[in-house]
Amino acid sequence: MTMSTRRKIPAPEANPETSAYWAAAASGKLAIRECGHCSKLHHYPRALCPFCFKPATGWREVSGRGKIYAYSVMRRAETPYAIAYVTLAEGVTLLTNLIDCDFDHLRIGQEVKLVFQDSEGGPPVPMFTPA
Amino acid sequence: MSINGKAYIVGAYEHPTRKAPDKSLAQLHAEVALGALADAGLGKDDVDGYFCAGDAPGMGPLSMVDYLNLRVRHVDSTDTGGSSYLIHVAHAAEAIALGKCRVALITLAGRPRSEGMATGTAPRAGNPGIPEIQFEYPYAPTVANMYAMCAMRHMHQFGTTSEQLAWIKVAASHHAQHNPHALLREVVTVADVLASPMIADPLHRLDCCVITDGGGALIVAHPEIAKSLNRPRVKILGVGEAVKGQFGGEVDLTFSGAAWSGPRAFAEAGVAPGDIQYASIYDSFTITVLMQIEDLGFCEKGMGGRFVADGNLISGVGKLPFNTDGGGLCNNHPANRGGMTKVIEAVRQLRGEAHPAVQVKNCALALAHGTGGSLGLRHGSATLIMERE
Repeated sequence: MTMSTRRKIPAPEANPETSAYWAAAASGKLAIRECGHCSKLHHYPRALCPFCFKPATGWREVSGRGKIYAYSVMRRAETPYAIAYVTLAEGVTLLTNLIDCDFDHLRIGQEVKLVFQDSEGGPPVPMFTPA
Repeated sequence: MSINGKAYIVGAYEHPTRKAPDKSLAQLHAEVALGALADAGLGKDDVDGYFCAGDAPGMGPLSMVDYLNLRVRHVDSTDTGGSSYLIHVAHAAEAIALGKCRVALITLAGRPRSEGMATGTAPRAGNPGIPEIQFEYPYAPTVANMYAMCAMRHMHQFGTTSEQLAWIKVAASHHAQHNPHALLREVVTVADVLASPMIADPLHRLDCCVITDGGGALIVAHPEIAKSLNRPRVKILGVGEAVKGQFGGEVDLTFSGAAWSGPRAFAEAGVAPGDIQYASIYDSFTITVLMQIEDLGFCEKGMGGRFVADGNLISGVGKLPFNTDGGGLCNNHPANRGGMTKVIEAVRQLRGEAHPAVQVKNCALALAHGTGGSLGLRHGSATLIMERE
């Protein structure tokens, strides 16, 4: 068993295109960009849909449930941590960290749920933990 | 229009240094330029096209053109990380085919070892204007853990094992023992790789490439110039390039951009993977090699683990001799960019100038492939097919 410990998270630097994403995170919500034209979700958020290229995207609050698509525990780090791609129940895949977990019992396909971790002087950052 | 037969690689040079605390970055660029020009039998004033990537000192090609005091009529500083130099060969061939230049110089140099750079294990902060940075940097992606995720997914989906990945390092070490300049010349076993410290699951230390100072340079020239020189001629038959990313969140780590750049290069060259006698395959990590071998069509997708096992990549032993200089895994990965040395060793093989212990007999058709950036985030792929004339 190798339980994770929380490391310091550098603050993400928002811009006009993304500030609503981080404002949602500050209120405990994960907001994913959804296209009003082709209805597809995408990530990271863009003003123009990367699929149909229409400037018709808006925000959709998602469930925060997902499954691990891939992960790796960075053993050679001062505080080892798990980086991962998590595929949300809504279908889109995000780069994230898996926290508050046993590094030795993670597996691809595992169910995970959304949690937030504070960053250093910035908004909380969405992460995932075993469901 | 095709570049097949429109340009030749006439000069190639790999800097012998692996640690250069006593040299400046620009000086290393100049030294490799001199080496490649001497190899070709050309002089600096013959150069009318210059290529470098974004890591050369100064804005694009400006400072290096000025430092070298070149008079050029064509420049290109395309940067796709370690694959840049294969793209530069492609773009040089295109420029030569269009009459925009006749003698193209491509240089690479770097000093990550002298500068103590934690190349693979430290997250790199980027300019906040880069669109993905705020959605990636907080999670500490590194070179090692992003390639590791590709390996993890490949193992999950196709049953690939750490032992199979280790065979790639074993093959590279068999080649490196014959290279007096290689950083790591010791032959290693599968057990050695598995016993080395875990860096990022499932990649061990010996699954990772070396960190070295140094560089290399290439000269690409018009056919008339190539024929006037007293050197074996390496003809460029086909090139392909591609960029692969995260597809707006439809992430797929099971293939690389080689799946696109490879077929483009093979189509232009008019040859098939089974025709290739020697392959330089980008080897930042063992998984990089395995995925590219599949994507280039040397075996079916998912079968890479079985393909690379049991010495199949060792020259004189296996079906696909690869990286006979020892590659990035053992020999050299100057500036953290391995594309240049991939082309250089392919040129040596086609000229019959590789070490006799690893030289492929009558090597007439070779491939070099590069990946730059991060396989697990976004990367540039480039494939080059060359023939001895």
